[in-house]
Amino acid sequence: MDLQAIIHVENLSKQYKNSDFLAVDNLSLDIQKGEIFGLLGPNGAGKTTLISMLCGLIKPTSGHFSIDQKTYKENGLAIRESIGVVPQEYALYPTLTAHENLSYFGAMHGLEGKRLKELVNVSLEKMGLMRFANKQVGTFSGGMKRRVNLLAGVLHRPKVLFLDEPTVGVDVQSKNSIIDFLKALNGQGTTIVYTSHHLIEAQELCDRIAIIEGGKIIAQGTPAALIKSVVDARNLEDVFIAMTGRGLRDGI
Amino acid sequence: MVYKLGMAVKKELLLQIRDVGGLIILFVMPLLLLITITVVQKGSFDSLTGAKIPVLLVDNDQDSISHAIQRELGSIGNFTLVNQIDGTPLIEEKAKQAVFKGDFQLAIVLPANMTSDLNKQVQQNVDRIMSEFSYAEEDSIVAENLTVVAKEIRLYFDPATQPSFKTAVKSSIDKLVATIETGRIYSKFQEQLSDGVDDAFEQKAFISFKEIGPEKEGEVIKPDAGQHNVPAWTLFAIFFIIVPLSINIVKEKSQGTMIRLITNPVPYYVFILGKTIGYLFISLIQFYLMLAVGVYLFPLMGIPAFEIDNNFLKLSVLAVFSGLAAIGTGIAVGTIATTQEQSAPFGATFVVILAAIGGVWVPVFIMPKVMQIISKISPMNWALNGFYDVLLRNGSWIDIMPEIILLFLFFGFTIAIAIIYDKKKRTI
Repeated sequence: MDLQAIIHVENLSKQYKNSDFLAVDNLSLDIQKGEIFGLLGPNGAGKTTLISMLCGLIKPTSGHFSIDQKTYKENGLAIRESIGVVPQEYALYPTLTAHENLSYFGAMHGLEGKRLKELVNVSLEKMGLMRFANKQVGTFSGGMKRRVNLLAGVLHRPKVLFLDEPTVGVDVQSKNSIIDFLKALNGQGTTIVYTSHHLIEAQELCDRIAIIEGGKIIAQGTPAALIKSVVDARNLEDVFIAMTGRGLRDGI
Repeated sequence: MVYKLGMAVKKELLLQIRDVGGLIILFVMPLLLLITITVVQKGSFDSLTGAKIPVLLVDNDQDSISHAIQRELGSIGNFTLVNQIDGTPLIEEKAKQAVFKGDFQLAIVLPANMTSDLNKQVQQNVDRIMSEFSYAEEDSIVAENLTVVAKEIRLYFDPATQPSFKTAVKSSIDKLVATIETGRIYSKFQEQLSDGVDDAFEQKAFISFKEIGPEKEGEVIKPDAGQHNVPAWTLFAIFFIIVPLSINIVKEKSQGTMIRLITNPVPYYVFILGKTIGYLFISLIQFYLMLAVGVYLFPLMGIPAFEIDNNFLKLSVLAVFSGLAAIGTGIAVGTIATTQEQSAPFGATFVVILAAIGGVWVPVFIMPKVMQIISKISPMNWALNGFYDVLLRNGSWIDIMPEIILLFLFFGFTIAIAIIYDKKKRTI
């Protein structure tokens, strides 16, 4: 085990009920403190399953992992205090305003009173949403919802942030805003674990990347090292195609 | 943790306030239901206290017995006798048509010569008995040889009439006829034995009955439509909270907010308590609104006011525990259901079943034996009994304690189901 690793995964497997194959297959991984780590892979490769286990949403079939030296079994509450989760869905209450949504989720993470109010206002300001703070989220555009969705997961300044496709379905402006926000957050010490199908975005954002296929890590390293490892590859997309093939990979 | 709980309750209330459809289901529909059912049922309770049902009467006898029957029917208080339609006297065929068309619920046809033939029949019987004891007068022996055909009073009922109404009418008329016949027999004996002394026999019924109900401050508690319907339909409304609550939980799962809640450092009991307190607040608003309608609106509509007396606290406590039972069920249904298509119809149907077996629509005592046993496991039945204990049986705190305990245990049971299912379904 790497002593610097904030996330340590060892021989982790997950087989869903009524499924014949392992969604995550004996996977081992160390993610360093303070890095932005990208999990890339085709649909059904096992990225979301891996993140769901790390977030405590589903139980592994075998293997174990720790976050900040803690396990869910021994200290689930402490892990939940130190992580932030930004799901792929707009995990917000559409009839609550942006301010009410953030205040609620912030409060659930232990923030309260004046500090909570300040953090909500500052975060909304940073994301350019302050003038919409008292509008119901259901009336927001996709890009605005994505930004509030991100804020709801980071308001409490987590040590580790899990992001599942944070920029899917947004325009370039919203995407840049989100990426800039994530870089700033990482600069403040938050470790980010990130999944995406935007390979160029991942190449720009991530310190290290793991490519997952069939529940296993088939390649791991810095973006530059991965590009170098494949002959004639100009970018991460070339690497990805070379490693996972051109066939359709729809998975359930 | 208190702050988290406070925010969870605030969130639930905000979600409810902004769900106009949900508010209509929770507040407007139950009020409409209560008012409609009470007005509709007002008639059946009024029949006990004054309102009269128009009844067609075809009098082919036109003699003392038919007059006595008319007088007695009129004095029972339930009926207004109608002897003509459109200004023309009634005949049997016309009365029959009017009833079978549904214009009237009942027609009574008194046969011709009913008085004279009954007199002859009674005379013969009395003479026969008297002759046995050698008291018979010579001129009365003649009557013994006459054949008197038995008479029948015909009743025509609207086919749509409730069986219970038919049974009550038949029973009333049967009793009336028996009383008149007995009276005639007494009179004949009196004539034979006492040579015209009027009060040789005491004809007043020797055995009578008196209904004794519970009393409050020296006054008998009289049930009316309001006293029955306000608690029954208020409970129905409170339990209907199962539908929006279960939908609320399913929505949290489908829109992803549940993922946040699970990954937050919040114990599951805060999530459950937040929903419980939020929805309990809503169910109490429902309860007090329904009470207000019963107390203030009913009198304006000509319905007796719902009388709370000094039972406000007892009723409120019963409402709290009824609300808890409903909320527990809603949380369990929402936790187990995976889609709104599952939770909404199941929740609604389940409430209707609970109401049916709980005695909200049909009194438990007239249900088949099996259903009477089943009704004992319906939380709506416990709650309804608790309300009736307070309102109609002058029950004390001790009297309603079993119902309160049962409702609370049911809340605990349903929450345990939700927690166990949730724990089994997910996470580490």
